[in-house]
This record gives sequence, structure tokens and C-alpha cells, in this order.
Amino acid sequence: MMPWSRRLATVGSVAIVAAGLIPVYWTLVASLSPEASLFTAPSLIPTALVFDHYRALFAGLAFWRPIRNSLVVAGTTTVFAVAAGSLCAYAIARLRFRGRNLVLAAVLAVSMFPQIAVVSPLFLMLRQVHLIDTYPGLVLPYMTFAMPISIWLLVGFFRQLPPEIEEAALVDGASRLQAFRKIVLPLAVPGVTATAILTFLYCWNEFLFALTFTLGPERQTVPVAIALFRGQYQVPWGQVLAGSVVATIPVVLILLVAQRRIVQGLTSGAVKG
Amino acid sequence: MASIALDSVRKKFGGRDAVRDVSLDIPDGELMVLVGPSGSGKSTVLRLIAGLEQPTSGRVSIGGRDVTGLPPQRRDLAMVFQSYALYPHLSVRDNLSFGLRVRSVAAAEIEPRIVHAAQLLGIEGVLDRKPSQLSGGQRQRVALGRAIVREPQAFLLDEPLSNLDPALRLETRTQLARLHRRLKATMVYVTHDQEEAMTLGTAIAVMKDGAVEQTGRPMAVFDRPANTFVAQFLGSPAMNLLRGTAAPALESLAPPDRRADVLFGIRPHDIAISSPEEAEADARGLVETVESLGSVRIVHIAAGDKERVIVRVVVPRDARVAPDETVGLRFRRDRVHIFDARTGCRLN
Repeated sequence: MMPWSRRLATVGSVAIVAAGLIPVYWTLVASLSPEASLFTAPSLIPTALVFDHYRALFAGLAFWRPIRNSLVVAGTTTVFAVAAGSLCAYAIARLRFRGRNLVLAAVLAVSMFPQIAVVSPLFLMLRQVHLIDTYPGLVLPYMTFAMPISIWLLVGFFRQLPPEIEEAALVDGASRLQAFRKIVLPLAVPGVTATAILTFLYCWNEFLFALTFTLGPERQTVPVAIALFRGQYQVPWGQVLAGSVVATIPVVLILLVAQRRIVQGLTSGAVKG
Repeated sequence: MASIALDSVRKKFGGRDAVRDVSLDIPDGELMVLVGPSGSGKSTVLRLIAGLEQPTSGRVSIGGRDVTGLPPQRRDLAMVFQSYALYPHLSVRDNLSFGLRVRSVAAAEIEPRIVHAAQLLGIEGVLDRKPSQLSGGQRQRVALGRAIVREPQAFLLDEPLSNLDPALRLETRTQLARLHRRLKATMVYVTHDQEEAMTLGTAIAVMKDGAVEQTGRPMAVFDRPANTFVAQFLGSPAMNLLRGTAAPALESLAPPDRRADVLFGIRPHDIAISSPEEAEADARGLVETVESLGSVRIVHIAAGDKERVIVRVVVPRDARVAPDETVGLRFRRDRVHIFDARTGCRLN
């Protein structure tokens, strides 16, 4: 028999996981149910599986477009944020310079700004440079939150690496940049991957900027597209749910593929241990 | 290969002096051991030579060239780290060749150098393995190999043996000494182990609190320690330091005007135990403990009339001593060191 406290913990964990998964499950089931049954007899067990909502999503609503937009914007932002962020983070983690902690505090402070506070000034700035309703017009403002996330996370990862390994590279004749590229980055792959995934997810889920800085379906991202499904008189719930499922798939796929990368510790064997 | 010189080098960390006014001359081909307790600044001196730290003041030169402002990659030195600091994502072969590749050495020249170093160290069989697949001793040799293939101006070794188990440490120590003779390389070796310093160094520098207390050939320093710190740091068990009151017979050795404030230093090996009645005994005492090391025994003897002091004596394994026995002590007069009791400096 399991001890009392263990049993309670198990029940608790199951309850928490269920609370998180049931809405996801219900979204999936509902997205596959006929529109009519959604309102007459909502059920957790699917009565009939239909793909009407998905067909409508891609045929009628051309859902490919927001997916492509989301991939371009989130992908580009992630690449830039992680590339620039890793250099910044490495400098903060390793180089000794005046005001280093101030820089890190400033980075954190920037990431604390409520989006709603900066959305109007950003809109005015973007309109000034004619970037409203363009990809750069989304990537640039996304950098304002993607950079702090990546820098903050990567500083932590870089600090975990034993400094002697880089020092060995420097004494061996590598320049700082060579040591960074050939020694530090390969070792930080798990950290960089984790950072890239988190940054990508933030961008993928971002709503307010995407809503404000786009004008029409041409540049709208997935969350905006789903939110704007609602017609004048009714909300096509089936399609909204199907859209949500489609929006979740890339996220789940990325996590499944990269999970091992994140967990794997690459530094084993570097120093005595 | 090149000589290394430090000229009045100081290094402050925060407000604290980690290294203060260190001047060292390490001639070409010397194996200089920096030895001292932890926190004595010996590793910092090594990092200053490597260029991993910049001195607060003073100059570092290699081969007569001032390198004080140069970054590590332009000093052409090789360093073996205490943790080995192997590149974990690279094979042993790539670990060895890394320094040559970043210096754009021709590929045709790299392979023979790797093979040569690997043979020298007996790691030919593991060239394609990753560091995580190696034993501690193999990792240590790869770290050494990474330095050797470079054919640098000088080798810097930071406690390279401290992570090995005792048997392997002794074996590797011997190999290192042989390697030094063979390569005729300038080496700077940091350790806290005085035995390693004595056996390995062609010269030693004893450090304490960021300053060099004494430099010289190991035996010269051992025979004529400049002060009580060096005297007690080198040699095991440590040298006995006795006030004149504990050994009145020695007082005649001290300068007549200084007899009140001197310390007599005498190594445990330079004391003989005799019977207490013997007329020639310099002192008498009560045996407290006897520790057997196998081939010798260390005897702790409580001596002195007014102040009690413990005198350590090393005796052969078959010497007849037992705890609670009263014994006489005879000091070898020619091996008595005399120090100023206040400053600790050598007087004779």
C-alpha cells in the first residue's frame, strides 16, 4: 500500500494534469464534431467525427496564410533574437565591464513593460517608417520582448559553463569570437535550443502587437486570424476550435523534437566529475 | 622555448591584494614550481603569465619581450588546467589539434604532431573518443597532450595532478619530470603539495599571502629556509621550532646578544632519541604518541620545563620508543636553523 501522503500527491497531480488537459481535449473533440451538436448536446465523448471545420478553415478562410505569416514572423524574430541575444548574453556572462549588472537589470526592466503601454508609441513609430502591415513591422516590435527573454535565459546558460574551457581555448590561440563560436556555442546548444523554443512560442502566441500593426488578412498571424473569425451575427465556434488545434500543432511538434536536446547535458566529461 | 620574467607584478581583486609585488626570473628550460598554501596567489601568478588576468601594475615578459598588455592567444603559451578543461564536444584528436587549427597550422603538419604527442603520452588508442569516455588519468594526459602538440614558448601547469588518485599521481609525477627533461621546455608548475614541489622542480618559489617568500633550488631552499614559514612549509613532518628555554643546550648557537628572542628550527629527521640519563642529551621529554608510517615512525615528545612544547622526531621503525616513556633528545648541531622570533627571518 502506498503511504497516505503519496496517494494524496498522486491524486493531486492527476487532478492538475487533468485540469490542464481537459480543455485541450475538449477543443480537439469539439473541432471534430458537427456544428449543430456543439450547442445541442455538448459531450466529452465524440459522437460523430467530421472534418467540416478543418475543410472550411483551409478552403473558405485560407488559414494557410496566417500560418505562413506566423511562421515567418516568429521564425525570423527567433533567429535574430537568439543570434544577437547570445552575443549580448555571452558578454554579460563572461566579460568584465563597467555597468554589467546595470545592463542586465535594464534588460529585465524592459521585459517587464506591459505591452499595452508601448503599443501606441510603437504604432506611431512604425507608421512613420511605413512598416505597418509588413513582416518587419511585426519582427521589430517582437524583438522588444524576444531579446530580453533570450538574453535573460542565455546569461543563465552561459554562466553554467565552466569558464576554464573557454580559457583553455584562449590560451590555445583562439580569439574571443573563435572561442565563442567553436567552444561555447556547441556546448550551449541545449540552452540555445531551449531559448529559441521559448522565444518562438512567445512570438507564436503574441496577439496585441499582431492585431494592432496589421491591417488585413495579408499579414495577420494565427491568433489574430482566429480572433477575427467571428462574423457579424454569429461566431463559427467549430472553425475557431479547429484553428486553435492547428495553431497548437507546431508548438507540440517542436517540443517533441527538441525535448531531448533541452534535457541532454552536453558538458559531461569536460571537467573532472 | 623561452624564459619568463615577472617584474614587480601586483594584482588586486576588489580591494584585496591577491598578488603583491612578485618578481620572478624563470630561465629558459627551467621547471619552476610555485608552491604555497591555498590562497597564497600562486594560481593567480600563473594566470597573469598566461594573460588570463591583467596585472594591476608591473610587467610580464616572455623570451625578453614585454607581453603585459597582450591577450592570452598572442602569448604562445600552453596551459594545463586543474580541471583539465577539455573540449567536451570534440574528440581527443580534435582536442589536440584545436590549438593548431586556430593558429592555421597546415593540415599536413598537424597529424604527425598529434601522433607524436599521443605516442609520448600513450593515448594513441583513444584519439577518436570523446573526453567523457576517458578515465581520469587519460583525461589528464589529453590535457597534457594538448599542450605538447602546440610546441609553445612555455608550459603552464595548474595543479595538474591534484585530481588523480595517489598511485597514479606518483606515476604521473615521474612521467612529468621525464617529459620535462626530454622536451627541455620552460615550465611553470603550481601546486600546494610541498612533496611535488621538492621532487619535480628544478627551482621552486614558495608563496604566502600573495608574495614570494623564497626562491631557489629545492634542496637549497630546504637546507636554508629564509624564514619560519618556508621552514615549516617544506618537509614532512614539519620542522620543529623551539624557544631557547625548551632547549637550553642550543642557546650557545645563537648570536650572544639575541639569545632571548630567537627560535631554533630543527627537522624531525635531525633529532636522535637517546636514553634520558645520557650526559650528551640536549633536552629531555615525555613520549606522547608514536605514529608508524611503515618504514619510519613519528614520535611526538612533550619537552620543556616552563613552557611545554611538542617536538616531532622521525626514528627508524625498529627504534625502541613507547608512549609515556621519558627520553633524551640529541640535535644535530650542523642542522640547526636559527630564526628571529619576531620577524621569523633566518639569522644563521
